[in-house]
Amino acid sequence: MQIVVLVKPVPDTASSGERLRPDGRLDRAAVPAVVNANDEYALEAALKLVEAHGGEVTIVSMAPSAGSDTMRKALAMGATRGVLVTDDDLAGADHVSTVRVLAAALVGLEYDLVLAGADTSDGQGGVVGAGVAVLAELPLLSYATKIEPDTDAGTVRVRRISPTGYDVLESAMPALVVCTQALGEPRYPSLKGIMAARSKEIVTKSLADLGLDPESVGGAVATTALVGSEAPPARAATRVVRDTPDAAAKELVAFLAERRII
Amino acid sequence: MAGLWVLGEVTADGTLARISTEVATFARTLAEAAGQEVAGIVVAADPTAAATELATYLPRVLALSEPAAAERAWSMVAAERIAGILEPDTQEFMFAGAGPDGRDLAGALSAMLGWGVLANALGATWTDGGPVVEMSVFGGKLKTTSRFTGPKGIVTVRPNVVTAAPAAKHGEVEVVQATGDLRQPVVRTVERVVEAGAALPIEEAKIIVAGGRGVGGPDGFKLIEEIAEALGGAVGATRAAVDSGWIPYGQQIGQTGKIVKPQLYLALGISGAIQHKVGMQTAETIVAVNRDPDAPIADFADLVVIGDLFAVGPALLAELRARSG
Repeated sequence: MQIVVLVKPVPDTASSGERLRPDGRLDRAAVPAVVNANDEYALEAALKLVEAHGGEVTIVSMAPSAGSDTMRKALAMGATRGVLVTDDDLAGADHVSTVRVLAAALVGLEYDLVLAGADTSDGQGGVVGAGVAVLAELPLLSYATKIEPDTDAGTVRVRRISPTGYDVLESAMPALVVCTQALGEPRYPSLKGIMAARSKEIVTKSLADLGLDPESVGGAVATTALVGSEAPPARAATRVVRDTPDAAAKELVAFLAERRII
Repeated sequence: MAGLWVLGEVTADGTLARISTEVATFARTLAEAAGQEVAGIVVAADPTAAATELATYLPRVLALSEPAAAERAWSMVAAERIAGILEPDTQEFMFAGAGPDGRDLAGALSAMLGWGVLANALGATWTDGGPVVEMSVFGGKLKTTSRFTGPKGIVTVRPNVVTAAPAAKHGEVEVVQATGDLRQPVVRTVERVVEAGAALPIEEAKIIVAGGRGVGGPDGFKLIEEIAEALGGAVGATRAAVDSGWIPYGQQIGQTGKIVKPQLYLALGISGAIQHKVGMQTAETIVAVNRDPDAPIADFADLVVIGDLFAVGPALLAELRARSG
């Protein structure tokens, strides 16, 4: 099987250094980039599928040129190669541009499945996977907790989370699957994997390479604009209770009653 | 029709999803303040029940009957039908819930129409002919307000941002048969499986009692469940507890799980690492029980009990039961 995984480099949540520049865009210099956590689950699912069925995994990212560093981390987990779409004209790209670029990057690649994470830790929109499926004319199987391709029949079955359990969905391949953490914990790159990733191929593509008009994507045609930003209101000081279990439980319940929660 | 649209999501038994009652209230309040029209839209094989319920909240609801929605995955079918009825030249904004169905619909509709998306709204005002939407980004570390650059757009709304409130007057439901071929690739729904214990989606719960690594195992979660039951709440968990197999992924709160905004978040044996914090920090009240006074959660909880959850938990349970008598 040939599998493409869409991967986004995001600011490291644990760094607490995220901030916006005066133009309202992310200050990338202020914070280290990591592979988006939900994309790691997609990548892990892809690696397991090619282990079971044979084949290769190609990573596709849209990012500034430094995104190749983050891509190496993903390659170290075991992917075969990377495609990095990077172009100065993409600065300030919104969801709509991102979807157009990723769909264009899929053209010319061979694949049975495209896997994407459920959302990203920075924007948390959770809309890119469905959008790419529409533009790439692929069936969308989203919020997957299990992926079962049938390579002979050329179909794929997915368990999709529902409010009361799960739905079993089926479509022809190629298809786009939006992945969740329930697919299994991502592996740590081995030392051998890290060494091997240094020489793996990363193909860099510009908007021109993808045949996209720079005027049709990026900040200049963004469909949304930032009006303002502020730090969230600080929470009130913490009340600390150190007492016997019974007394502490009484105080806790009294606190809930005070706030009219019970 | 120019104005605001509300996506009515339908549950497996044909009723309206709770998130849609909140989104309807959110959009109606905004429309009233802005002097705009607001209407709902429900796409389903049999949309009547959900559309009638949605009309409790909105003056007008379009019930689009689409038999294919019964045997195919819903979001693409719905997106294609909705894209077909929106008018290309008028000013229109679609409001949907920020859950799996709402996000899929928003993403698909955005790509079909080229409309922008403002995701996970916490509030909105109306300025210069469009919504200005308040959101939290970077896992809640920053609050931003954004607008659309054109006269169209899609807003997804977080659960529990508003309390659903019916309109003064019941609205009108117009039932329409979908016509024309569907062009999107087919995704067949083979089976719908209902699992026990998944009664209340955790993101809709007003009270959540959550356990982490400190709970120690599946047996420990029985105590969490009992406390949740005594409070009338749902059970949540951290990634560590889910990865250990103590509780299903559907109940995970945090960066790669669900983002919740309950009235009360009771965290038992949870240290409050950033990946968990981003999923629950907007809870109105946060109460924690933890042995470690230096755990990060002690910095952002409203009240923290320093102690062993297996000593404090049973005492709390007894106190709650005595109270409800």
